[in-house]
Amino acid sequence: MFKILKYSFYDLMRSRWSYVYFLFYLMLGFVLLFLNNDLSKAVITLMNVIIILVPLIGTIFGVMYYYNSKEFTELLLAQPVKRSSIFLGQYFGVALSLAMSLVIGLGLPFIFYGIFNSDAIANFSLLLITGVFLTLIFTALAFVIALTNDNKIKGFGYAILLWLFLAVIYDGIFLMSLVFFEDYPLDKFSLIATMLNPIDLSRVLILLKMDISALLGYTGAVFQKFFGTNQGIILSSAMLILWVSVPLYFIRRISNRKDF
Amino acid sequence: MKLPIFILLFFALFFNQGRANTIEVCESCSYKNIKTAIAEAAAFDTIKIKKGVYREFNLHITKPLTIIGEGFPVIDGEDQGEILTIEADNVTIDGLKIINVGTSYTTDFAAVRVVKSENFLIKNLQLERLFFGIYLEKARNGKVINNTILGDAVEEFSSGNGIQLWYCNNVEVIGNTIKKVRDGIYLEFSDDILIKDNISQNNLRYGLHFMFSNNDIYENNIFENNGAGVAVMFSKFITMKGNIFRKNWGTASFGLLLKEINDSEISNNKFVENTVGINIEGSNRINYVDNDFRNNGWAVKVRGACYSNIFKKNNFFNNSFDISYNSKLNDNSFDGNYWSSYTGYDLNKDGIGDVPYRPVKLFSYIVNRTPETIILLRSLFIDIIDFSEKVSPVFTPDNLLDQNPLLKPVSHDIH
Repeated sequence: MFKILKYSFYDLMRSRWSYVYFLFYLMLGFVLLFLNNDLSKAVITLMNVIIILVPLIGTIFGVMYYYNSKEFTELLLAQPVKRSSIFLGQYFGVALSLAMSLVIGLGLPFIFYGIFNSDAIANFSLLLITGVFLTLIFTALAFVIALTNDNKIKGFGYAILLWLFLAVIYDGIFLMSLVFFEDYPLDKFSLIATMLNPIDLSRVLILLKMDISALLGYTGAVFQKFFGTNQGIILSSAMLILWVSVPLYFIRRISNRKDF
Repeated sequence: MKLPIFILLFFALFFNQGRANTIEVCESCSYKNIKTAIAEAAAFDTIKIKKGVYREFNLHITKPLTIIGEGFPVIDGEDQGEILTIEADNVTIDGLKIINVGTSYTTDFAAVRVVKSENFLIKNLQLERLFFGIYLEKARNGKVINNTILGDAVEEFSSGNGIQLWYCNNVEVIGNTIKKVRDGIYLEFSDDILIKDNISQNNLRYGLHFMFSNNDIYENNIFENNGAGVAVMFSKFITMKGNIFRKNWGTASFGLLLKEINDSEISNNKFVENTVGINIEGSNRINYVDNDFRNNGWAVKVRGACYSNIFKKNNFFNNSFDISYNSKLNDNSFDGNYWSSYTGYDLNKDGIGDVPYRPVKLFSYIVNRTPETIILLRSLFIDIIDFSEKVSPVFTPDNLLDQNPLLKPVSHDIH
């Protein structure tokens, strides 16, 4: 598995797309900090970008990589290598290189602007951690989609749809149900609904750490109380890990059963 | 016939003035404590208190006296109770440092209390470790100037207010600095009060708190980082000018809370980094002119029963929500303001945008209806519906718009 991981990783490191992705974050970080020197404000703006863009890039890149390296995968399958280690190796290769582009791309400008001497360091690391988690989650989901669909167009379609659902439509349904059931106590419901969607969970986790959490008022206080406790932190990290491991389990299962 | 009376009067005056002695209090003086000095002094005498520490409390001033501290002598109440009580007209207190006022749950002990008196002047006091600071009770025509009040309040129920006015008339409160008490300045049933150039910071509850007080003016004050901000309630004809409301940031905080305020003027104020800039409830006929709203969560939150308010020439910079309304009904006018989130154009270059601006976002409407939805703040979906509502308003009041949004911020320095 590690050999394949290493191979995929180096292959991607040499690819143009990784550089573009890395340079994009580098530029974004520098431009943001250049435009306003306030580190914590930049973190908030970055959050908006990361919450939307990281899942999108993760999905598209994952699907793309799978379809592109299909021939190589078939070649590997002929070798005496375990199937699961081929696909998991490829998955981690993609996910880690994306995560690295993100962390280094954003990390460099913030280090230049003195993040280590700033109070924003905790928020910034939280931002990077959720960013890495989102990369892991959405790349895994992309692999599951790609494995189940041999048709490239269909695969891409489902991948985009998945992103659209979790990033936009889910919030729409969430909002509608909140408004529809406004006569009932909604604290528990909104907590659970937030926990179930990794994008919402990351957004709320970051928002609660920021000054802006004061805007959340009473609801925010309920969330703060929940996420402030050890139980809340453990639960939300468990949720994120679950979102990574369930698709991984499916990658293993599908790859073991699939007829290539 | 006339002359002798004049001479008599002259002598009477002279004699009277001659009687206005100066009494000194210090460790080596004939008067070693303030209590005996006050008891022995005649009306209109001046008591000079030299530098030192005087462990005294319950000092009742029942005749017109001038009490002046030299080099800030310390009166230490040792947490026993009230320290200075003024029960006569024409009393001046100047330059004392008063510490350790007693805390009680049944009596409001104050460092300085004025009871039913006129023409008092309280200035240059330093109050520390106090319960209530300066407590004016049914007092009239007095001044409270340049005092520094530094409390150590921790809980609302076990702390008092910095400067409290209760049933007062014609009092000037100028240039005081009040920190860490419950309410910085508290007014109840007090009319014609001028509150000017004060700084009220880090107080547990309100920086300034108005109740049932009419015809009052407060201007050029700074209210910063108070637990809940400034509350003006159940009052009429209040003028609020040139104040700064800053950093009142917390889940239940606001810069300025208006409840049941009518016929008032709010102009040239700055609201910076408050959770809610102004929270308006049941307030009518108020003019909001030339104010700056900067980086607030909500710049203006209109809660209902607010009619005939006018918002003119205000600047709204980078607030998460500019205006929030909880109904579809609107009777307030917004005209000629600057909105930083305005995206219209100005073809004839007259500085006024050609497309009206709608300050109420759909999301703020939804949040008002179902507060739990605020958890979707900064979600992509919200941006999308806000945009579509902006293009074709369905839920927000259709007549709530600024017909003449300015393209450049109003510069208030000119006014």
